[in-house]
Amino acid sequence: MNDSKNVKDIVRNFINNSINIDALGDDEDLFETGLINSLFAVQLMTFVERKFGVEIGGDDLHIDNFKSVSATAAFVVRKSSGQVA
Amino acid sequence: MNFKTVGVVGVGNIGSGVLASLVLHGIRAVAVDVSEKSLETARAGILQTVRLAPVLRKDAPKLTRNEVLERIAFTTRLEEVSTCEFIIENVTEDWAVKKPIYERLDRIASAGVCFGANTSCISITRIGSATSRPDKVIGIHFMNPVHMMPTVEVIRGQHTSAETLATLNRLLAQLKKEAIVVNDLPGFVSNRISHLFMNEAAFVFQDGLATAAQIDAIFKKCFGHKMGPLETADLIGLDTVVSSLDVLYDSFKDSKFRCCPLLRKMVEAGHCGRKSGRGFHVY
Ligand SMILES: NC(=O)c1ccc[n+]([C@@H]2O[C@H](COP(=O)([O-])OP(=O)(O)OC[C@H]3O[C@@H](n4cnc5c(N)ncnc54)[C@H](O)[C@@H]3O)[C@@H](O)[C@H]2O)c1
Repeated sequence: MNDSKNVKDIVRNFINNSINIDALGDDEDLFETGLINSLFAVQLMTFVERKFGVEIGGDDLHIDNFKSVSATAAFVVRKSSGQVA
Repeated sequence: MNFKTVGVVGVGNIGSGVLASLVLHGIRAVAVDVSEKSLETARAGILQTVRLAPVLRKDAPKLTRNEVLERIAFTTRLEEVSTCEFIIENVTEDWAVKKPIYERLDRIASAGVCFGANTSCISITRIGSATSRPDKVIGIHFMNPVHMMPTVEVIRGQHTSAETLATLNRLLAQLKKEAIVVNDLPGFVSNRISHLFMNEAAFVFQDGLATAAQIDAIFKKCFGHKMGPLETADLIGLDTVVSSLDVLYDSFKDSKFRCCPLLRKMVEAGHCGRKSGRGFHVY
């Protein structure tokens, strides 16, 4: 299941492995703090789609959905609610 | 007069970025490559770039898959650029590959059409000499990722005319990009300098002074750069970086441009950076 805790862990792991920072707060704004750039944002969105089998549709194309670990996890849970992953 | 159709020759790493940028600005394109596989990779990459573009830029249009595909004709036949109003060339950074392309384009394109050479290092004057229209050949050095970067380095070859520069400026205005216009010597301004520090960063890594992440972090956290030199090399593609260093070395005969042996070894191992999933970093 794409439950919140599980998803958060996977997303946090992915980001940590890719950008090499020591302590990433779940609510830290990745873009505002300049932690990630547009290239990584695309990598993150692509990862989310593949890993959790969700599709980022026309109405989801908003940076707020991916601005932090919590926001990304909430997006995945919302998109996959009702479907068994 | 707005450009309606632009030819893009070579749809690898940067060519596919150029295509995405054209499509996002409502310009149609004829996309040519010798490799079916490159065409396929480009098609998938462009669809993904265009689809996600609105997340990164509020002004990007939301285009459907069909709208994107309908704007680009993918082909292996160079002759199909004959109807294009401007041609952007992005084939492999190797004079032996580029020269025959320009000779053929010169015969295929009508006399008034300008050629924009998207090369990292090869002299624009040299490229112009392969055609009967050196006044209509100009360097457009796009930056990666093309649709996100507002500025390009534009290079005036020895014979590039003021009209050609004006024509290119019209195209760039449509793409909402600004040009910094410089004169011509191999590597221009950007790569003559950037390849020195990417190469030296590879030497520093080879010498075991620091990890790739540390080298990049020093540029980002101490110098305030957006990206470190090894990440940048990975983004450009290590094969292209090596080719560019070779062009610089051959052109200036200056040992400061000698390519780091580790870079060459990584390319031989197929670790070409982001586009192959692995370089100094893993993707
Ligand atoms: N990668 C960058 O960030 C970047 C930025 C600016 C300019 N450039 C320059 O753009 C050019 C392409 O670089 P790249 O990184 O995209 O390389 P790449 O290897 O990713 O792509 C080159 C493409 O050219 C194609 N090609 C080779 N011979 C051809 C031919 N005869 N006809 C048509 N297509 C042919 C290849 O199949 C490949 O798809 C080089 O000159 C490079 O220096 C690259």
